[in-house]
Amino acid sequence: MWQGIYQELKDRNFVIVSVAFDTGGRSAVKDFIRPPGPIELPLNFQEIMGWSGEQYARAAAPAYPNLIDEKHIVAELYNMTNVPMGVWIDENRQIVRPAEAAGASDGFRAMDRTTFQLTKDAVQQTISNRTRYVNAVCDWVMKGAASEYSLSAEEVRRRIEGPHPVDALAMANFRMGQYLYQAGHRDDSRRYFNEARRLCPERWHYFRQALDLEETGKASGPEFFQAVDSLGERPYYPPVNFKPSR
Amino acid sequence: MPATVIYEDKISHAESALVESGNLWLSARDTQLASGWELKPQGLCKGERCVPIPPGRDKEFVRTGGMINLSALSQQLGAPIVHDDEYATWLFGEPAEAQRSRLLSLEAPDFTLPDLDGKLHSLSDFFGRKILLLSWASW
Repeated sequence: MWQGIYQELKDRNFVIVSVAFDTGGRSAVKDFIRPPGPIELPLNFQEIMGWSGEQYARAAAPAYPNLIDEKHIVAELYNMTNVPMGVWIDENRQIVRPAEAAGASDGFRAMDRTTFQLTKDAVQQTISNRTRYVNAVCDWVMKGAASEYSLSAEEVRRRIEGPHPVDALAMANFRMGQYLYQAGHRDDSRRYFNEARRLCPERWHYFRQALDLEETGKASGPEFFQAVDSLGERPYYPPVNFKPSR
Repeated sequence: MPATVIYEDKISHAESALVESGNLWLSARDTQLASGWELKPQGLCKGERCVPIPPGRDKEFVRTGGMINLSALSQQLGAPIVHDDEYATWLFGEPAEAQRSRLLSLEAPDFTLPDLDGKLHSLSDFFGRKILLLSWASW
């Protein structure tokens, strides 16, 4: 999805820097960045992700940087709690939109857990959420600071929540887990991943990364959905506030 | 006893660490290597920054022979500490306050990460352009 948008906008002094929060490193992400061949995707996945299997395969070697963040340092630096999230940085290195869901919405929560089917309404909601975010990015790239989506310093600060000491402690636990895991002590890493999750259950990247390290696919399995369901009315992806600052 | 010390981004191995009441004591040399902190007349210093030892509490932080209590210092700085006794590994993270004030300055923090080919890229390579920084994951 972003590959196509980037092609349209790259001559406007704009770049996408894509960072994978993947402790699994290169082997976890390579087939996503450079698909080995055409990929058969279920129709609803296409709808959710916004691309066809063919487009996905053709997106080999994207033109913008795809970086691998095994320690999730960018989550810490930019206070990101999930994927996909976006931060906007202007030409003066200033943050003009802090971390928020980048075109993702809670539409997936209505997914049938066995068939992975979504209702037509849920698909529509997903697509319109994504379109809204993408349009905002385009508006900013075209208009710069004059875009209503580029926020004032005051508004950006207002929207930044933390990090607080509990977040730093969760990150330290996650780092210990990641260190032990990569040193080959997988069983012993678990208690630190669990502690990171216990301290900050809504920093979803800790929880899902740990599940994925246990077993590929587990991050989208029953344990994950149980945690999402227990949010009740609370959002998994807090809706983006598109209101202008002024 | 040997210990692995992970101090923010840096991993080092201390040969003669001492663990006492849940505190990690390192030689002056190991402390400096692991964390950049050292004892000076003004107190414990790292680069331009010095933290005076709280009055009357010298013994909590430093010992004759030069050993330094890295745990006490880190607690004083508000840094998160996690340790694993089985693997003699101590991890000291960045204090939340420092992370928060950096973020609230609104100046985008730099970082350096590898691409799929192992080539390193820094965010600062792109400063001067509009940047959409996006997170994603294979999971």
